[in-house]
Amino acid sequence: MNNNYAITANNLTKRFGDFVAVDNISFEVSKGEIFGFLGANGAGKTTAMRMLCGLSLPSSGTATVAGFDVYKQNEKIKRSIGYMSQKFSLYDDLTVKENMQFYGGIYGKSDAFIIKKTAFILNHLHLEKEANVLVKALPLGWKQKLAFSGAIFHEPEIVFLDEPTGGVDPVTRREFWNMIYQASDLGITIFVTTHYMDEAEYCNRVSIMVDGRIEALDTPSKLKSTYNAASMDDVFLKLARKAVRACRLNNWHETIFSF
Amino acid sequence: MRTIKFILQKEFRQIFRDASILRMILIMPIIQLVVLPWAADYEIKNIKLAVVDQDRSEYSRQLINKITASGYFNLAHYSSSYNEALHQIESDKADLILQIPIQFEKELVKENEATLFMAMNAINGVKASLGGTYLRTIIQNYNKNVRTEWIQFPRFNPETQIEIVSSSWYNPLMNYKYFMVPGILVILLTLIGMNLASINIVKEKEIGTIEQINVTPIKKYHFIIGKLIPFWVMGLVVLTIGIIISRVFYGIIPLGSFVTIYVFAAVYLLALLGLGLLISTYSVNQQQAMLLSFFIMMIFILLGGLYTSIDSMPEWAKWITRFNPVTYFIEVMRMVVLKGSSLIDIKYHLLKMVAFAVVFNSWAIFSYKKRS
Repeated sequence: MNNNYAITANNLTKRFGDFVAVDNISFEVSKGEIFGFLGANGAGKTTAMRMLCGLSLPSSGTATVAGFDVYKQNEKIKRSIGYMSQKFSLYDDLTVKENMQFYGGIYGKSDAFIIKKTAFILNHLHLEKEANVLVKALPLGWKQKLAFSGAIFHEPEIVFLDEPTGGVDPVTRREFWNMIYQASDLGITIFVTTHYMDEAEYCNRVSIMVDGRIEALDTPSKLKSTYNAASMDDVFLKLARKAVRACRLNNWHETIFSF
Repeated sequence: MRTIKFILQKEFRQIFRDASILRMILIMPIIQLVVLPWAADYEIKNIKLAVVDQDRSEYSRQLINKITASGYFNLAHYSSSYNEALHQIESDKADLILQIPIQFEKELVKENEATLFMAMNAINGVKASLGGTYLRTIIQNYNKNVRTEWIQFPRFNPETQIEIVSSSWYNPLMNYKYFMVPGILVILLTLIGMNLASINIVKEKEIGTIEQINVTPIKKYHFIIGKLIPFWVMGLVVLTIGIIISRVFYGIIPLGSFVTIYVFAAVYLLALLGLGLLISTYSVNQQQAMLLSFFIMMIFILLGGLYTSIDSMPEWAKWITRFNPVTYFIEVMRMVVLKGSSLIDIKYHLLKMVAFAVVFNSWAIFSYKKRS
């Protein structure tokens, strides 16, 4: 495999019984890229992402993340990635500082690193005063920004973000994307799913999943010209209309993923 | 090692912030150990007795006096009609009927023989059989008194009589609290340990933080050990509270050494918490984990030898008790507290408990999957 790619996937597939959640997807993500992973509810985005993170075993196909094989080297992959799940990923009953300390600690970072990095993040997010506040007391937008900081605390090569801005107000979303750009400037590859098409415009490249397959993959501007659309919204609608899977599948996923 | 340190730090912080866990650890032992032993008693008292006295003689009155004076029976009904007494049983106002027939006194004096009739309400089997036995003993005693008083013995007693004098070893006063309190302490430790452990990992599943853990390079055994140790410490704290309460309230000072108790309890807790974590890895939500652990706990406790003697169980049930960690701990507690057994005396119990601990914990590590 090529060293210029952060992620490669080749005919990656995941089946749950008869149901094909992810159907032969192939793509590459270059190092340092902001890669948007779009699709309607139940299109298979989260399942694909979970396979790449080593949380779910693929049914067939191959994939590498940070140069490691998802089948055999999934524990090595975990050292190189950060992940922010759809569900809130910080501990509500720990303080801001304690959460940072915990995640830094289990990635094997030194005490000095943890102290320095925590101070940096708190300063950066203007959360110095809230350092010793329990996370459950923070508003959602702050929590999401904090969760993102937690996901890149150990300075991974790649960070996976699963709908990080769901339920967040437009101002905070804008701030959140600023943080993503800053992380990208540090050389971190960003793999992000979203439902907001304005956010898709911020990505270097975008893939659109429909019914478990990747229907389109290109830069936002090229996609708009290919599909003769004024905005990413239109591109998405044109593609997503082809979907035959019902949205209720989303619930069905949840029960499987809770393991 | 460093990873475990961070997990431990997090777990302890979470435990000390959770008021309900702290309440469970502090208040549950106090209530259970202070209140329960007074009520959970093998002895049957306050048996409601209905007497059908059709003789109404001096002797029948004496007999009734003797029965009520024993302290086990309350005279609930007194009449001369059996049907009336039966009605008392039907309406649950009496547990036992003693019928003293007409001519009881006459026959006893003349024929040297008299018949009494006893009927019991067997809905509460223990009460009926124990009550029957008590009553029989009292009547026999009475019988003996009457004979010595009235009947001239021949020079040699025609009937051979064997008298039994008993002495209770290890618990000379047959103080049932010495017997019950160590057992209740075991149950307490089991309840708290299993409950806390079984809902713990599953709670992280529900909140979703387990995903975040699974995506880190954390080792499975690090995670399980990190979960195990805090509850293990809590368990030993509960045990200590329990030992203090049994000392202060019941004056129970183990004949054996505390080292023996703590060594065994330490291994026991590892086994039990391993089982709890195992349940947690198999469950999807807290309700499932709670139900499953209650189901297992019921079997453990009912077949643990606290309420029912294992020796009197059928063979298949005895077989089950061999796979019940609670049985071993109750046995060990009683051996150490009452008999003063040492570590050498309980070595087989200890070895079996080590086996339980190894099996449950390895199984828990195995069944905890970071990847689905």
